[in-house]
Amino acid sequence: MNWNALLFAVFPYIALTLAVAVTAYRMVYRPFSVSAQSSQLLEQKRLFFGSTAMHWGLVIVLLGHLLALLLPKGLLLWNAVPLRLYLLEITGLGLGLWALFGTYVLLARRISVARVRAASTPMDYLVLVVVFVSALTGVLTAVLYRYGSFWFPAVMTPYLWSVLTLNPRPELLQDLPFWTKLHVFNFWLFLALFPFSRLVHIVTVPLGYVVRPWQIVVWVRKLAR
Amino acid sequence: MKVRAHMSMLFHLDKCIGCHTCSIACKNLWTDRKGAEYMWWNNVETRPGAGYPTGWEDQERFRGGWEYKDGHLDLRLHSRTQGLFRLFFNPALPSLDDYYEPFTFRYSDLFTAPEGEDQPTAIPVSMITGEPMTPEAGPNWDDDLSGSPLYAKNDPNLKALDPEVRAQLEEIEGVVFQYLPRICNHCLNPACVAACPSGAIYKRAEDGVVLVNENKCKAWRMCVAACPYKKVYYNWATGKSEKCILCFPRLETGQAPACAHSCVGRIRYMGVLLYDADRIPEAAMVPDEELVESQLSLILDPFDPEVIAAAKAEGIDEGWIQAAQKSPIYKFVKVWRLALPLHPEYRTLAMMFYVPPLSPVVSTVEKAFRASQGNGGLVRLDLPETDLDFEVYAALEKARMPVKYLANLFAAGNEAHIVPVLKKMLAVRILKRQESLEGRPTEKALKVLADAGLTLEEAEAIYRLTTLPTLEERFVLPPYHREMAAEVWKDPLAHKGEAGLGYIQPPLRGE
Ligand code: HEM
Ligand code: SF4
Ligand code: SF4
Repeated sequence: MNWNALLFAVFPYIALTLAVAVTAYRMVYRPFSVSAQSSQLLEQKRLFFGSTAMHWGLVIVLLGHLLALLLPKGLLLWNAVPLRLYLLEITGLGLGLWALFGTYVLLARRISVARVRAASTPMDYLVLVVVFVSALTGVLTAVLYRYGSFWFPAVMTPYLWSVLTLNPRPELLQDLPFWTKLHVFNFWLFLALFPFSRLVHIVTVPLGYVVRPWQIVVWVRKLAR
Repeated sequence: MKVRAHMSMLFHLDKCIGCHTCSIACKNLWTDRKGAEYMWWNNVETRPGAGYPTGWEDQERFRGGWEYKDGHLDLRLHSRTQGLFRLFFNPALPSLDDYYEPFTFRYSDLFTAPEGEDQPTAIPVSMITGEPMTPEAGPNWDDDLSGSPLYAKNDPNLKALDPEVRAQLEEIEGVVFQYLPRICNHCLNPACVAACPSGAIYKRAEDGVVLVNENKCKAWRMCVAACPYKKVYYNWATGKSEKCILCFPRLETGQAPACAHSCVGRIRYMGVLLYDADRIPEAAMVPDEELVESQLSLILDPFDPEVIAAAKAEGIDEGWIQAAQKSPIYKFVKVWRLALPLHPEYRTLAMMFYVPPLSPVVSTVEKAFRASQGNGGLVRLDLPETDLDFEVYAALEKARMPVKYLANLFAAGNEAHIVPVLKKMLAVRILKRQESLEGRPTEKALKVLADAGLTLEEAEAIYRLTTLPTLEERFVLPPYHREMAAEVWKDPLAHKGEAGLGYIQPPLRGE
C-alpha cells in the first residue's frame, strides 16, 4: 500500500468511525462533557473579532462544500456563465480569508490572554491549529489553483462519494498539488479530532429554539410514570 | 384555574444587618469550586449602590427581562432567530470584570519568606491565572459605602429622584443605606428559561424551583444575559451555566435553604404559595403601574375550598396544602400586604418577596423634628421620644430613605404600593412602643393603627411573626416525599443503599 492510499483511503475510515461512534457515545453517555466551552466571560473584545469572523467564514464555506458534494451538476450549471463563476470564487475566497483571519485572532488570543490561557487544554490549541491549517490550505488552493468550484465537482465530489459509498478511489487525488492534498488530509484529521474536542458543539446547533415554547415546566415525579 | 405550588422565600429587610453570613453559607456549600469562584448565588448589596455584578439593573446595557410593547411580551435580549445568530458572540454578556476577578492570598509566603526587617505579607493572586494581581473589585466592594460618588451615585434606581432628594442622600451627615440580599427569584415567567437555545433550563412544576440541566447546557450563555437579576452564572472551567438551586436537596429533606437557615438577622422566611399557572402570561402583560397587583392576583387563597379542590385535582397533596395555609409568605404577601417582589417591571414575575426596610426612615425624621424644635444636628440613634414615631407617620414623604427609591426597587416606581406598607409597619411599631411605655395601647396608637388599616389582632400577629418567630414559624416546609422523587431514576430501596456514593455512571459490570 502506498502513502496516498493510507492517507486518503484508510485514514478517512478511521476518522469517520471515530467521528460517528465516539460522538454518539459522548452525546448519550457523557452529555455533561459536550459544550462549546465559551471563553467569552474571560475576554470579550478579541473574541468578538475572532469568533464571528471564523464562524461565519467557516460555516458558509462548509455549506458551500456540502452543496458541491450534493449538487455538483447544479454548481457546474451555475458556473456556465463566467460572471457567476467569478462572483462565486471571489465570495468563497473572501469568506476563506475572513475565516483565516478569525482563526488567527483566536489562536493569538488563546496564547496571549492570561485568563484564556489558564482555561485552555492542549486540545483547545490543537483544534485551533487544525482549523487554521484548514483555512490556510483552502485559501492557498483557491489562489494557486484557480476556479476550484469548477474542478471540485470533477475531482473532489467523486472522491468523497467513493469514500462515503465504501469504494474508495484515492488515486483521484494522486496528482493533486501538495496544498490541496494537505487540505483534504487535514479535513480527515479534523474529523478524527472532532469527537475528542470541543468541536462536538457543531452537531448541537440548537435549531429547535425557533419552534419550542418559551417556557419549560417539568413534573419531576410524573417523569417516573 | 391550574393550581401549582411554589416554594418562596421572604426577606424582611428591616432586620437585615448586612453580615453576609448567608453568602458565605451558600459559597461553602455550592460554589467553592474551580470556575465558580466568582459566583455568589446569594449576595448582599448595600443600597443605594451599584450591586453585583456592577450595575446589573442597567437593562439598557445588559438587556435582561421582558419588554411589553404593543400587546406583545418579548425578551429584551433577542427574538428567537436573533438568538441563533448571536451564538458565536453574545453582545449582552457581562464580562468577568463586571463581576470581579476572584482572588486569594499566597499564604505560603508567610512561612517561606526569608528572615528580614519587615513582616512578611501574603500577596493577592488571581484564582484564575494564579498570577499576582491587585484586587480592584469584589462582590461587596462598596459595602456600607453609600453616598459614595463612585458606587452609590451609579445606582439606576436613583434616576427618577428629584435632584434635591438625591443631594440629600449624598450629604455625608445624612448618608443612609439599607441592605439588599439577593438570590435567584425562581420566577414564574423566567427570562433565563425563555432565552436558552438548548432548552436546558426548566421550572419544576412541584415546587417552582428553576434549574439548569447541566447535561443539556452547551455554553450558549444566553441565560446569563437574559436574567434581569443576573442570577445565572457561567462556569468558565466546566463550560456550563449554573444558578441558585434554592437548596432543593435541603428542601427535599425538610431543611430550609442554607442562606435562610444561617441568617443571623433571622430575616428570612420560607413557605409554600399556591398560584394559578393558567394566568401567568396575562399577569405579565399589564402596564407598569398594575404589575404588582396583577402578580399578586396569581397567588391563590389556600383556604378557599375551590382552590383546595383544584389543587388536589392537579396532584398537590394534603401536606402541601396545609403548609400553604400555614405559610408565613402567604401572610406577609397576601394577608397583610407587607411584601413586594424585587423589580416587578422586569416582568419575570419574581417569586421571592421583600418587606421594605423601615429603620432608616425613623432617624431622619428625628433629625427634622429636632430641627423644628430648634435643636437639630447630627442624627441621634438613641430613641425614643414618644412623639417621634407619630411625626414620621404623618410625614413619610420626608423619610430619609426616599419612598420613591423604595418604589423603584419594589414597585416599578409606584409609590402607592410602598406608602401603605411603611404605614402598617410604623403603626405596629408605634403600637408596641406605646404598649411598653404606657402599659397599654393608647388612643393615639389605636388611631394610627386604624388609619393604616390594621386591627389589633393583625398588628399583634405581624409583631409576633416579625420579631419573635420560632424556627418552625419562619420555615414552614412541606413534606417532599423524597422517596417518590427518587423513584424517577431508580428503585427507592436501591437508591437508599447507594446514597452518598455519588455514582455518575450506573455501576454496571464491565463499565
Ligand atoms: C453553526 C454552528 C456553530 C455554533 C452555534 C458554534 C458556536 C460556538 C461557540 C458558542 C463557541 C464558543 C465561543 C466563545 O468562546 O464564546 C465556539 C467556539 C469554537 N468553534 Fe464553533 N460553532 C459552530 C460551528 C463551528 C464550526 C463549523 C467550526 C469549525 C469547523 C467551529 C469551530 C470552533 C472552534 C475552533 C471554537 C473555539 C474557538 C476558541 O478557541 O476560542 N464551530 N463555537
Ligand atoms: S431570577 Fe432566577 S428564575 Fe428569574 S430569570 Fe433570573 S435566573 Fe431565571
Ligand atoms: S445572613 Fe441574614 S442578616 Fe446577614 S446579610 Fe444575609 S440576609 Fe442579611
